[in-house]
Amino acid sequence: MAIGWYLAVSAIIFCIGAGGVMARRNPLTILLCLELMLNGANLALMAFARMWGGEDGQVFALIVMVVAASEVVVGLGLIVALYRRRLPVDVDELSELHG
Amino acid sequence: MALTTFAWLVLLFPLLGTVTIALGHPRLPGRSAGWLATAAIFLSFLFSLATLISLLSRDPTHRQVTSSLWSYDFTAGLDARMQILVDPLSVFMILVVSGVSTLIHLYSVSYMWQDQGYRRYFSYLNYFVFSMLLLVLAGNFILLIVGWAFVGAASYLLISFWYRRTTATRAGLKAFVINVVGDVGLVLGTFFLFRHTGTVGFLKTFHSVHHVFHTNSTDLVAACLLLLVGAFAKSAQFPLHTWLPDAMEGPTPVSALIHAATMVTAGVYLIARMHPLFELAPTAADVGAAIGGFTMVLAATIALVMTDIKRVIAYSTMSQIGYMIMGVSAGAYAAGLFHLMTHAFFKALLFMAAGSIIGAMAGAQSLDRMGGFRKALPFTFACFVIGGLALSGLPPFSGWFSKDDILAFLDHRGGGFLALGIIGYAGAFLTALYTFRMIFRAFFGHAVYEATELEQGHLAHADVPRNPLTGEEEDNDVGFPGPGHFIAEREFPMKLAMGTLAVLATVGGLVQIPGVDSAVERFLEPAFADSRFAHTQVSTGAAWVGLLIGALVAVVGIAIAYRIWVGSPGIAVRARERLAAVYQFLSHRWYVDDVIDLLIVRPALWFGRLVDFVLERVVIGGVVTGGPLGVVRAGSVAVRRVQTGYLRYYAAAMVICMSGIAAYFLVAST
Repeated sequence: MAIGWYLAVSAIIFCIGAGGVMARRNPLTILLCLELMLNGANLALMAFARMWGGEDGQVFALIVMVVAASEVVVGLGLIVALYRRRLPVDVDELSELHG
Repeated sequence: MALTTFAWLVLLFPLLGTVTIALGHPRLPGRSAGWLATAAIFLSFLFSLATLISLLSRDPTHRQVTSSLWSYDFTAGLDARMQILVDPLSVFMILVVSGVSTLIHLYSVSYMWQDQGYRRYFSYLNYFVFSMLLLVLAGNFILLIVGWAFVGAASYLLISFWYRRTTATRAGLKAFVINVVGDVGLVLGTFFLFRHTGTVGFLKTFHSVHHVFHTNSTDLVAACLLLLVGAFAKSAQFPLHTWLPDAMEGPTPVSALIHAATMVTAGVYLIARMHPLFELAPTAADVGAAIGGFTMVLAATIALVMTDIKRVIAYSTMSQIGYMIMGVSAGAYAAGLFHLMTHAFFKALLFMAAGSIIGAMAGAQSLDRMGGFRKALPFTFACFVIGGLALSGLPPFSGWFSKDDILAFLDHRGGGFLALGIIGYAGAFLTALYTFRMIFRAFFGHAVYEATELEQGHLAHADVPRNPLTGEEEDNDVGFPGPGHFIAEREFPMKLAMGTLAVLATVGGLVQIPGVDSAVERFLEPAFADSRFAHTQVSTGAAWVGLLIGALVAVVGIAIAYRIWVGSPGIAVRARERLAAVYQFLSHRWYVDDVIDLLIVRPALWFGRLVDFVLERVVIGGVVTGGPLGVVRAGSVAVRRVQTGYLRYYAAAMVICMSGIAAYFLVAST
């Protein structure tokens, strides 16, 4: 199968994720969409790795997963903290750091 | 020990005293600070005597010794050393300075007791003596300038000693500013000399001055005139004299020490020290002599109408320094310095006696309020009369010998100096008149309330302490005079100091009697051996004629003063009415203050305001700092608008930017 199909799927997943990050207001959904973007990128890495028959891309994908896991921990922690302090769970409401 | 070691020790003790009192003041109970300061200056005086003895044991041709402790810097031919010059002139000066200072410290131990700033006062006073000794011992121009500026600072600190008194702080500022004008003159004069001689050491300068300058060369005259500016500012000579009467705002012993006996005579010392320069620049020396003579008359006439007792003595000081400046500028170095010494004795005595009267008057200083203190203050009266007779130049008191010594030399030189000499006798007449006006008004006539009370044994204390000048109410806390009033009659240290000075003022002149002995002149001879006037001798007969004229003038002056202020007291009032214009002119102090205010102070203030409005606010505030400020502010407004705080905008911005970068590389790679 040509690499083009893999890349097309990867791009679609990435775009769905990016669109979600920009459009949604719930931080939890934004985190989910971020994960989608990362996985889109992972898919592209795996596809290229298969095409070249090397293992570098796979290693990269593993590292991306690790980073994603850490990022989710931090992100979820922030969301829990938001709940705890009874702040609105809405990224548009949390815009106090504007200039 | 060597000669120079003694001289270094002379400098060390006052410095130690000031540091000890300044750092240890919380642990100095009672009068200990005063006694410590007095002891420091007394030790300094003892080592001055040791220096004198050790100098006299040397051969007269080897009596100029320099010594340096360390070198601050040696660069571009400038050798800045911590260097002193010990020669008869400097030893003469340290003896006068430390001797009179010891007595004035002793007087202050009583007089300043009960003042909240007692320890601060003695720390300042020791600092002043250190600075003054440094000034007269300096072996090069750099140390001279340091000492010169130090005494100016000490004078400022002590004039403004009662720092909550507005008049005192203003007087201190005035003195400091005018003294800085003099400092600038001195520094510029030094640069002029250094440019040609390439050295700052006194002896080297004096050796090379004959090779690099010819007589009256422009640069040398300019340098000497600049040195004269320094001398005039320090010695209160016209037109830089206006600070001295205001300096009387300081405590009375300060007026006695700084503004009568020592600091104000620094100008005389400077001219005497620089005599090789002034003799090569006779034009500058003539200017000095003329201004000295003019100031002498100006101050003597003003002293006739002043009512503040301290200001009368201040104008008298100015007038007497005019004599000294005339003398040393004309070449009568020994006579000028002899008068410096006797003046230090009798003028310090007069100030101390005035302080005693002010104590009896509970702080009031106006002659209008005084009268009839003769019985209440017999000791002070005796001292004041001795000081007054010495000042007026009545035989056989010290001022008679020293003043007429100067005038005889002036007459001997002839020409324009003869005119100055005759003006000098006219000044002597005025001196006798104003001195005895003061004595007759304070001690004779109707006894005032304070005097009669004191005869009963009650020392007056004001209900509310007031500023003697403006009448403003004050308190006795720190920054104002203390509650106690002290008079010589009851305080032993004051009595001792005044008694010693009274003896010195009486017999101090006997060291130099024409035809009998000339101790001062013989002692100072090695310092002035290179002078053109070294062999100019006034004949004994001429000197005695001068002395007799001086005595006659003084007697006439005193007699007229007696007629006006004791014989028929109406004369003074009638004369004031008839000569209203003259009286106005004199009581406005020849309008010198007003002219300076109009010509210098107001234009300077006006220029300052102009610069403030135009340069500071428009050019600097508007263009120089305003321009960049506006750019930064506009930029930050634009950047701030981008920071919305919405997460989605940041994400969109990142996506768009990254897409843009990716698109660029895609286009670029194909």
